[in-house]
Amino acid sequence: MSVDLEEHGGASWTAWVRRRALRSFPPDQLLPDSQPVYVASWTYVFGVATLSAFLVVLGSGGVLALRGPAWWHGSSVGHFVNSMHLWSVELFMGFMVIHLWGKFFMAAWRGRRAMTWITGAVSFLASVGAAFTGYLTQQNFASQWIATQAKDGLNSVGIGAYFNVLDFGQMLMWHIVLLPLAVGVLVVVHVLLVRRHGVVPPLPLPPSTAHAVESQDRGNRD
Amino acid sequence: MQLSASFIRAVNLNHRGHYVHWGVIQISVANLVVILLMIAIFGAAILLPFPGRRRK
Amino acid sequence: MATVISLGRRRVSHRQSDRDYEPWSGPKRQYDLVKEFTVALVVVTLLTIVLAAFLSSPDEKAVTIGRWATAAPNDFIATAATELDGTSGSATYGAPYTHDKSAAQKIGPFAPQNWPGVTTPIDSAQDFVLRPLQGAAGAADLKGALATWADASADQQQKWAAAYDAAIANTADNDPAKVAAGDYGPVPVMLNHLLTLAQSGGLDGALLAQGRFYQTDYTKPLLFIADGSYLENLADGQHLGGDQWGMMNETGNYPGQAWLWLYTFWYQVKPFSTSGNGDALVWGVMALLSAVFVLVPFIPGLRLVPKLIPVYRLIWRRYYREFEPRTDM
Repeated sequence: MSVDLEEHGGASWTAWVRRRALRSFPPDQLLPDSQPVYVASWTYVFGVATLSAFLVVLGSGGVLALRGPAWWHGSSVGHFVNSMHLWSVELFMGFMVIHLWGKFFMAAWRGRRAMTWITGAVSFLASVGAAFTGYLTQQNFASQWIATQAKDGLNSVGIGAYFNVLDFGQMLMWHIVLLPLAVGVLVVVHVLLVRRHGVVPPLPLPPSTAHAVESQDRGNRD
Repeated sequence: MQLSASFIRAVNLNHRGHYVHWGVIQISVANLVVILLMIAIFGAAILLPFPGRRRK
Repeated sequence: MATVISLGRRRVSHRQSDRDYEPWSGPKRQYDLVKEFTVALVVVTLLTIVLAAFLSSPDEKAVTIGRWATAAPNDFIATAATELDGTSGSATYGAPYTHDKSAAQKIGPFAPQNWPGVTTPIDSAQDFVLRPLQGAAGAADLKGALATWADASADQQQKWAAAYDAAIANTADNDPAKVAAGDYGPVPVMLNHLLTLAQSGGLDGALLAQGRFYQTDYTKPLLFIADGSYLENLADGQHLGGDQWGMMNETGNYPGQAWLWLYTFWYQVKPFSTSGNGDALVWGVMALLSAVFVLVPFIPGLRLVPKLIPVYRLIWRRYYREFEPRTDM
């Protein structure tokens, strides 16, 4: 005799989480194999390109972590992995900004998608912070200069009292633990929001243009 | 394993940087190339036709 | 007709917003997300490998205090003199290093620099000069100098230190050998020994360790180096200075942090470039602009820009051409 939890509004936390998850993200919405016809432009690839670059950043960072923060100064393999980390970051930031330009000109926040925009924007800011702590923890001349300069901005608003850019240990832990986690969580939420709300539909053409396109289309039809 | 031996590294970027000055703006050639590339890629993404007409 | 359109606009835009929210009921096309992601990951990984193999990454060696003291001994001694008499950048910084509330930068009437107080206390004379020397004292003249210093009153210590600092500044190139005769007490002997300690590499260790074995906090060595001119001169030579858009730049010919363009821009223009509160003011401006950036969907005018600059007509041109264009009514 099994208890129908749906019917009895059961007290199971697990069932509640499962019901909420399935309601918000039915499998064919979470991983659809089709998209609206308007999703047909190269501008749509920069989100996944950014995500891919982020994974390469994490992967190359993970390899650097295997041998520690000083490895790359004395090893050519280490230096190569460091180079991969640097260039994947440049690609990550580049693709992210191009993605942002596209989404801005599509006014992609329409149709109650404001949180998608907000999580994306905050991800950008968090990524800048993650990159900044990365530059601080290179343990070379650039790190010294960046640290001694950046401290002035942060100190001037009181942040430097708690976030000490001259403290290598603290900056390394922010760089490899806290900020990747923050960016990762934000990106996951961002992507789930896109799956939840769907890709934003095209902006409506202004009426006079709409009629012009319609009559042109009628004229052009075979 | 010498993965970054000099025979692979075709372009040595460790020389003194080149900078472009325009009024108050000073930008490294490297950064300028990156920014121009990004704008070109964005433009190409908008203008290039996207393949496929597999309607469902 | 025009009246009907304008009267209907509010309802229309609300309906359009609903349409934008509703799940798409129009035609669809096959789109393989997992394949797209796999291709993107492979392409980006290969691109990264190629860039890393051909362009590598910069690694300018860090400046040790030993290197500074050897390459620029005059600058080293001049800096040490300012640490001893409390006029260096670190000594006069205010929070979070020292208790001078008047040193804080302000945004209008507010001085957030002071709000957390002193969380990383620095005593420039003790931390950068006296304690390292006490740890290294071996030579008889140094022992004597330190004893003379310790026996003197705080007033006398300050007189000696300030006099020597001023005398060095009066020479052509901060050269201690050319300092005019005067009453500097044990200061010249102390600073000379500090220079020797630094040139041998001992000061790097002493400033970092602070009497501990394990250490990961480079606050003291970095503050000391940054108080001098050597590090800054090297940075200016690499176009990394604050008034050179340096925040965006990297050593050599490498691309830097192009995304910091707006943050560094403010430092190039007045009032930020000439204000003593420049850092705080720039932070205030950037915090505001960041908030605007995050909240674009809610900002009237700004959220209309995509309609006013119709890049969207190019992005979706195929859709508009092939399918029923949406009307506003």
